[in-house]
Amino acid sequence: MASDGVRLEDVDAVRPPRVNPGPRRAFGPGARPLLIAALSTAVVFAVLAAIVVNAPGWPRFQQAFLNGPIFWDALPKVAGKFLVNVRLFLVAEVLILVLGLVLAVLRSLPGPVFFPVRLLATLYVDLFRALPGVLVIFMLGMGIPALRIEGVPKDEFFWAVVVLTLIYSAYVSEVYRAGIESVHPSQEAAARSLGLSRWQGLRYVVLPQAVRRVIPPLLNDFIGLQKDTVLVSFIGVVEVFRQTQIVQAARFNFTPYLATALVFLVVTIPMARFTDWLLKREKDQRVASGGSRSSASMSRVNQTLP
Amino acid sequence: MSGAVSGAVTSAVTSAPALSIEGIWKSFGQLDVLRGIDLEVAPHEVIALIGASGSGKSTLLRCINLIEPIDAGRILIAGDEITAQGVNVDRIRRRVGIVFQSFNLFPHMRVIDNITLAPRKVLGRSAAEAEAAAMTLLERFGLAEKAREYPDRLSGGQQQRVAIVRALAMEPDLLLLDEVTSALDPELVAEVLNVIRELAAGGMTMLIATHEMGFARDIASRVCFLDSGRILEQGSPRQIFAEPREARTRQFLNRIIEAGRL
Repeated sequence: MASDGVRLEDVDAVRPPRVNPGPRRAFGPGARPLLIAALSTAVVFAVLAAIVVNAPGWPRFQQAFLNGPIFWDALPKVAGKFLVNVRLFLVAEVLILVLGLVLAVLRSLPGPVFFPVRLLATLYVDLFRALPGVLVIFMLGMGIPALRIEGVPKDEFFWAVVVLTLIYSAYVSEVYRAGIESVHPSQEAAARSLGLSRWQGLRYVVLPQAVRRVIPPLLNDFIGLQKDTVLVSFIGVVEVFRQTQIVQAARFNFTPYLATALVFLVVTIPMARFTDWLLKREKDQRVASGGSRSSASMSRVNQTLP
Repeated sequence: MSGAVSGAVTSAVTSAPALSIEGIWKSFGQLDVLRGIDLEVAPHEVIALIGASGSGKSTLLRCINLIEPIDAGRILIAGDEITAQGVNVDRIRRRVGIVFQSFNLFPHMRVIDNITLAPRKVLGRSAAEAEAAAMTLLERFGLAEKAREYPDRLSGGQQQRVAIVRALAMEPDLLLLDEVTSALDPELVAEVLNVIRELAAGGMTMLIATHEMGFARDIASRVCFLDSGRILEQGSPRQIFAEPREARTRQFLNRIIEAGRL
């Protein structure tokens, strides 16, 4: 605390005097708000910690959830199985990106001829967004292999990928579709007026702009997908969650869950931060370009002759 | 199929007008925007379409480019009917360039790619061939050093000149300009108008919807005054601007003069 106070004075000494330091200071990057934020955060966390540590069940909780040796025993085991989730995630992600885009394009096909295509794509998207993921995983993951159709794989990993792809491509197609609709119709008109076909206009003009705009929301969906890979443990894939349950059952201790939670945090939080950063950057760019555009439209009012 | 065959025959006849519009009607819901437009444009003619906002100038141009389907009438380009059933719309559009008020450049592509996209994908030109042609055009209009820039790095006037070059790269028989200076800052208008002057001098057949009356007077071989979806009056610039026959034309021009725009 004391050192903070000294630094505060030093900073203020080098800073040039402000014209109006009063009201600006509360919002500016001054050291005082920073100090207040640090203090209040410390107080809040101290109070929370006191409540937890003084809870009547704390000693038992410590034993069941915070067991050091069990933690260090469980961590490499669950981290090893986390690789299954990573593999699942990576394979499914590629398929989801492709299938989602196909669905979005099918849903935006114009004209009465394509009505059945649009209808089917819409039904698909509605269905897989409406059903809880666990249900889909049980029904497809258990059901289809049970049919024992010749040539249909029985491998759990295969069905895990299929099920995740089916569910997430429905969500992702909606993200793509929002992107496609966000591209102004004048872009398609410009493409068509040059003689590009509808498909060429979509391929070279609309989709590149649409996809660029939806990268942050897509990443958001993939944070969800990373976590939902644990759902496939229900159809017998021994991945991180199943492995955690195995260790937990063997040791009669819940600490392995903590190890698994940490593994997820290490992967998911950087991705979430990255997504937020992308979103912020995109927003900043929009603000910047929006400003210059309005000045162009203002000029319509006063035109002079050459 | 038959359209293409008859087209090949008729376009061999040199006297065919560059563009014939025969009684076209267009409505948006209850609103009749075009109410029986007839117009014939000879090769190398420059037609200025003037009239109040909402008189149908833009809609007429969009109909000629088949961006808007017409409800009745016929449009022929060099004798080929382009509004017939089963005509390949994309083939027509290659022959008719259009430039919009709002530029509509593709923001994710560099200037050079904006220009070469259609020649490569539609005409099947090689990248080298298309780029060489594009660079020639860019140099002609003083934009060569902007070839590798993205559109948002350009001024409005430069963007609009690029949009014109993009349309020219398809080597159209007919160029439609839809209020191409209306979204520009006043000091940028001249550079775009100079490009159009040069095109007119080079013999390009053009239909120009414009609010720039001085420019229309200077450049047009014929001026058409549109009023509520009809061509109310047409004639030489001298006749339209100096001795308009119709009361509505006089009224329109008087308002323009009062606004200090002529």
